[in-house]
Amino acid sequence: MVNAITTENVNVFYGDKQAINNISLNFLKNKVTALIGPSGCGKSTFLRCLNRMNDVIEICRVEGKISINDQDIYKDQIEVEQLREKVGMVFQKPNPFPKSIYDNVAYGPRIHGFTDKKNEMDEIVATALKKAGLFEEVKDRLNDLGTSLSGGQQQRLCIARAIAVKPEVILMDEPCSALDPIATSIIEELITELKESYTIIIVTHSMQQAARVSDKTAFFHLGNLIEEGDTTKIFTKPDNQKTNDYITGRFG
Amino acid sequence: MTNLIKRKKAERRFQLYGIFAVSLSLLFVLTLIVNIFSSGIGGFYKTSFLMEIHFDQKLLKLEDNPSSEQIEDASFRKLISYNFKENFSQYSKDEIKQIKKLFYRKIDKETQSYLLKNPQYLNQKVELLFTASTDIDQIHKGNFNRNIPEKQRSINNFQLGIYDQFIETGKVKKVFNKRYFTSGDSRDPESAGVASSVMGSVFTILICFLLSFPIAIFASIYLEEFAKSGKVTDLIEININNLAAVPSIIFGLLGLGILLNFFGLPRSTSLVGGMVLSFMTLPTIIVACRSSLRAVPPSIREGALALGATKNQVVFHHVLPLAMPGTLTGTIIGLARAVGETAPLLMIGMVAFIMNVPSTPLEPAVGMPAQIYLWSESAERGFIEKTSSAIILLLIFLIVVNFVSVYFRKKYEKKW
Repeated sequence: MVNAITTENVNVFYGDKQAINNISLNFLKNKVTALIGPSGCGKSTFLRCLNRMNDVIEICRVEGKISINDQDIYKDQIEVEQLREKVGMVFQKPNPFPKSIYDNVAYGPRIHGFTDKKNEMDEIVATALKKAGLFEEVKDRLNDLGTSLSGGQQQRLCIARAIAVKPEVILMDEPCSALDPIATSIIEELITELKESYTIIIVTHSMQQAARVSDKTAFFHLGNLIEEGDTTKIFTKPDNQKTNDYITGRFG
Repeated sequence: MTNLIKRKKAERRFQLYGIFAVSLSLLFVLTLIVNIFSSGIGGFYKTSFLMEIHFDQKLLKLEDNPSSEQIEDASFRKLISYNFKENFSQYSKDEIKQIKKLFYRKIDKETQSYLLKNPQYLNQKVELLFTASTDIDQIHKGNFNRNIPEKQRSINNFQLGIYDQFIETGKVKKVFNKRYFTSGDSRDPESAGVASSVMGSVFTILICFLLSFPIAIFASIYLEEFAKSGKVTDLIEININNLAAVPSIIFGLLGLGILLNFFGLPRSTSLVGGMVLSFMTLPTIIVACRSSLRAVPPSIREGALALGATKNQVVFHHVLPLAMPGTLTGTIIGLARAVGETAPLLMIGMVAFIMNVPSTPLEPAVGMPAQIYLWSESAERGFIEKTSSAIILLLIFLIVVNFVSVYFRKKYEKKW
């Protein structure tokens, strides 16, 4: 098994407050890893370290080593834009750009200069939309605003947008929390399909979702990594009492 | 239960206050508009008299088929005196002098321009329209009561009699006052126009927009998206917000001190006026632009950043286009305020008596508000009407500007 991302002794501070305590966690290639835990446990913060989205927050400071393909992403050899080309992200609330569906998907390839040719770009857009399972629904209205789609479609558009830049890893920050059960199940099926080609790390509040879609699960609590392992093991016989309490719904 | 009745009553009372407030403000606006329009609309028209003119070649000392230059050089005084003598032969010399006073004093120039436009009139007798003097114009429009004692008016009974004769014979016409829109300021209300002040305002606003809009946008983007928050940024922010509240005349003083005295830029020009007004408009646009930038949801920024866009790309591809409608609205409000601004322009000498219509921003000019101010001080009765007419034009201009701003906002507004 190959690690897509390795992290060692990661500490994250917001000003004086420490949000992540010394976490070391590895993510397997072409697997889905779920990060679970109660609100405020640092799972989203940790996720956002992986593509350096925390850089935007001025008071945030990250210590430790996070490597992708043995390259330390917080060292200067890698530009943050290159990193994010490799590590895509889907957010909690669907956030398509107020542009056409086509432009939403084509934006990433365009800024990274994948192609200048119209037909090649059409191809990239179509492939990404197909992979996100949205192509059939929108192929006749690619010029409509991305924001005119339904919530579930918008989220799949965001996934297509992320896929279009050909990432290795896709980070998903509670991608279904704003969606209804039907849209959620479509996205979950999609995640299972996508892991063939991508490494997926998903933060979720829904234990059932973690159990359904992930191969590996990591349980976070108060900025600490309590337990990690195969999803089946975590959900059937966890080693740690806290994990057991959480998955059985005793707290959180 | 009693509590609910009380609460409902309070709501109804509040609605009544609201309706009262709205109707009161509507009443004020209506009064203003009715008042301005009723006294100003006449300014767009002028009273003219039909009179036959014999373009006698000998009196003009012109050769056959004269060139335009020759006509321009010719003196029309004698021709005019001759024609008045011919047309009013039954009156004495003194009476003819009085009749002449019913006409605009530059009737010779008017005659000259007729001939310039129609050289075939030479040696012909043509009935042409001549501008009436401002006093008779005001009487004809009903702005001046002709029944007050003779001593208190500039038109005597004899002149009024002639005027009544003109009316009876259908020689009095009310025509559109084209000159009002094409000529600059003048000491005579008959020929005073808004062209120089309109052009002055247009140049001033253009300079103001070209300077303040890009500077404000770049300043806001830098402050909002790139600058690290700290003491310096806070200080700049406080200062910009304070600048928006500085009395406009202070900016005029700044322009006088720095632009005119230090940099030696030409006085009274639209260039300096535009620069001074852009000092004033900058903070308004910056505040509007920054708040619209702030209103763009962070999720849009995150979405673009997560795709690997640089900060610059995020701003110019996503954030700025979304912030544009709000920025444009702020800009147009700022510019509309600048159009109506007089005080700072007084300081840099843009209240001069400008007869020529400026064709570049480097020529001395006057803005519309300053023109209105100048006319409102004039002693001549005819200027009262001119003042109101200029106010109407300014109001129309502002209304148009407001509609344009609404149009742009609607056009570029996107929902997410």
